[in-house]
Amino acid sequence: MAAEHFDAIVIGSGITGGLAAKELTERGLRTLVLERGRNVTHGVDYTNATTPPWKIAHRGMASRELVAEYPVLRRARLAYEPNASFWANEHDCPYVETKPFEWLRGYQVGGRSLTWGRHCYRWSDVDFEANAIEGVGVDWPIRYRDIAPWYDHVERFIGVSGSAEGLPQLPDGQFLPPMELNVVEKDVAARIRKRWNDRRLIIGRIANLTQQHNGRGPCQYRDKCWLGCPYGAYYSTQSASLPAAAATGKLTLRPFSIVRELRYDRDRKRVKGVSVLDAETKQEIEYTANVVFLCASTFNSAWILMNSATDVWPDGLGSSSGELGHNVVDHHFRAGASGRVEGYEERYVYGRRPCGFYVPRFRNLGSERRDYVRGFAYQGSASRQEWTRDVAELGIGAALKAELTEPGPWTIGMTGFGETLPYHDNRVTLDRTRKDKWGLPVLAFDCRIRDNERRMRQDMMHDAAEMLEASGVKDVRPTDGSYTFGESIHEMGTARMGNDPTTSVLNAYNQVWDAPNVFVTDGACMASSSCVNPSLTYMALTARAVEFATRQLASRDL
Amino acid sequence: MDRRAAIGRLLAITGTLAIGADAFLSGCSRATPARQRAFTPADIALMDEIGETILPTTDTPGAKAVGIGQFMASMAIDCYDDASFASLYDGLATVDEACRRDAGTSFMSATPAQRTALLDKLDVEQRAKSRRRTDGEAPHYFRLMKELTLLGYFSSEIGCTQALRYVEAPGAYRGDVPYRKGERAWFNPTRRV
Repeated sequence: MAAEHFDAIVIGSGITGGLAAKELTERGLRTLVLERGRNVTHGVDYTNATTPPWKIAHRGMASRELVAEYPVLRRARLAYEPNASFWANEHDCPYVETKPFEWLRGYQVGGRSLTWGRHCYRWSDVDFEANAIEGVGVDWPIRYRDIAPWYDHVERFIGVSGSAEGLPQLPDGQFLPPMELNVVEKDVAARIRKRWNDRRLIIGRIANLTQQHNGRGPCQYRDKCWLGCPYGAYYSTQSASLPAAAATGKLTLRPFSIVRELRYDRDRKRVKGVSVLDAETKQEIEYTANVVFLCASTFNSAWILMNSATDVWPDGLGSSSGELGHNVVDHHFRAGASGRVEGYEERYVYGRRPCGFYVPRFRNLGSERRDYVRGFAYQGSASRQEWTRDVAELGIGAALKAELTEPGPWTIGMTGFGETLPYHDNRVTLDRTRKDKWGLPVLAFDCRIRDNERRMRQDMMHDAAEMLEASGVKDVRPTDGSYTFGESIHEMGTARMGNDPTTSVLNAYNQVWDAPNVFVTDGACMASSSCVNPSLTYMALTARAVEFATRQLASRDL
Repeated sequence: MDRRAAIGRLLAITGTLAIGADAFLSGCSRATPARQRAFTPADIALMDEIGETILPTTDTPGAKAVGIGQFMASMAIDCYDDASFASLYDGLATVDEACRRDAGTSFMSATPAQRTALLDKLDVEQRAKSRRRTDGEAPHYFRLMKELTLLGYFSSEIGCTQALRYVEAPGAYRGDVPYRKGERAWFNPTRRV
């Protein structure tokens, strides 16, 4: 039987796959979306979204069973029973840690768009030019002007609340009204601004809707986003891109579909389709398409390339440059400071804001030269302490109980997210001696941060402490909470974009140099990491690549 | 990932939070316990009274009303690593022995004043031990009892809706509202211990 044919195949249904499906179908292409995990239906499968706190299993504490099931999630301090089903089964899908690495995966329809942090920041030319200026890695083949209209396009669709600040290093976007800084954050922001002309504390720019938007939302300030939102008030594949794609009538979604390889036609130098392993029946299925969007998440996209066209290139499709699997980056984090805020006893908040504040990068801009390159940004929040606080003088009894039923003193804290340089030998490789549940080879991780990142962490602690102290915060403690590679779930690289097929895997439109009808638009494509949260940039690159691909298809160049 | 959870952890690391859930963080990786885990009805009754002494009935119900003894038992069985389980389990006998020594009677038959005096003393002891505790050492049994009492009480329906305030869908966020001493705090389901 001939393989079923589609105009386009999208591999993966997370942040980028969902958007690729929406863009492709809206441009008229009959599109098949392949997702390796189960289906998750919007609303219906958000099992714990409205469970009251007292009915949450173990009240949110990790049971020994959960820890045994999700050891990596546990190490990343994310093991939480109510949303454990949104994370990959770690025993079915093992990987090798040549060096410690926390690979946190979402294997279901929607991927990690269900559990993401939802912060959305644009890159600027400070980011796109850094590699070229410093001679690090390869130059980005694009600049801000190339992606800016696509940031507009994506922001208008997904809905990003935020404030326009006019900062060159963090360009403004198409914002919905911002969420509010609380009273303490506002005062700290004012004192930072007064003391430092180049530092700002602003509200997070976040894909949570502050008003109705494209039939979704608004946010109800429940702060339970990572259980799935029945109001569709944050952007996810389920809440926005999948319904848009389905509305075209051109979408086919197939869960439980593990792509084992792209079928390469060496004569046409094109991919003709994909081989799929049904995760439940283990049946082999073939699909063909004119164009393939590889959006399987950074390392799984690399895995699929490594397993494809091995008869032509032993290390896989895209390996001719010698860069496939290399240049892995992440954001090193958990270095910052916290402290106690005096006063404000007669001020409080109402509602549970689903984001904190943001301090955009201010280091190594303009003429400043620290003893490291690149920079970092902070995320943080101020709040009144809760019943978990220590009240040393009260011990136990009625007085303790009375005290803990009232809000405690204010505290404030921030943690830095730092850029990691693209080191060639930070890499993933295929370990063909180890197999997953389906008998497929697994990835081995060999990545570490180096002196540039370690020196930056000193500033991440120091600068946070300095800003808090200058704002009158007491008992300020700089903290390095330790960081394991991968832990910030901002993993990028392995198939970087570039201008030269001998030093990069993808071109300026995310096409694999060796197979121009394959577009890799997830985190794998990134040639550096910036210090801002990456998802918005993946989405903008995806929309841009889809527009390019449909033009190429129309002119028969693909 | 949830970044405010990360901030919460940052605060926990700096010692701002009282109950850093030491027992939970010590990362037992085996689901099979080294010893059989079970509590007798007498153990649960004792934990009910210990919990009630830590958070007694006042103008709102106390810890016993939320079934704190059963909660402590289930959490210790399901969540604790072996060392913490042993610490808590053996601690029950230690509490009773200390009560007999100090007050001349079992904890169950001691007066509320005698119970409070004893647990106040144990709280001072657990604080001192927590300050000098080394990695891998099990937390003091009374620290565990207090942690579980606070968690079990404030996250219960009574805790959330009578001792504290909770609304499922606030519908708005206001970052600066007046607060008068005596008003109850909001329960925040995301901030976990």
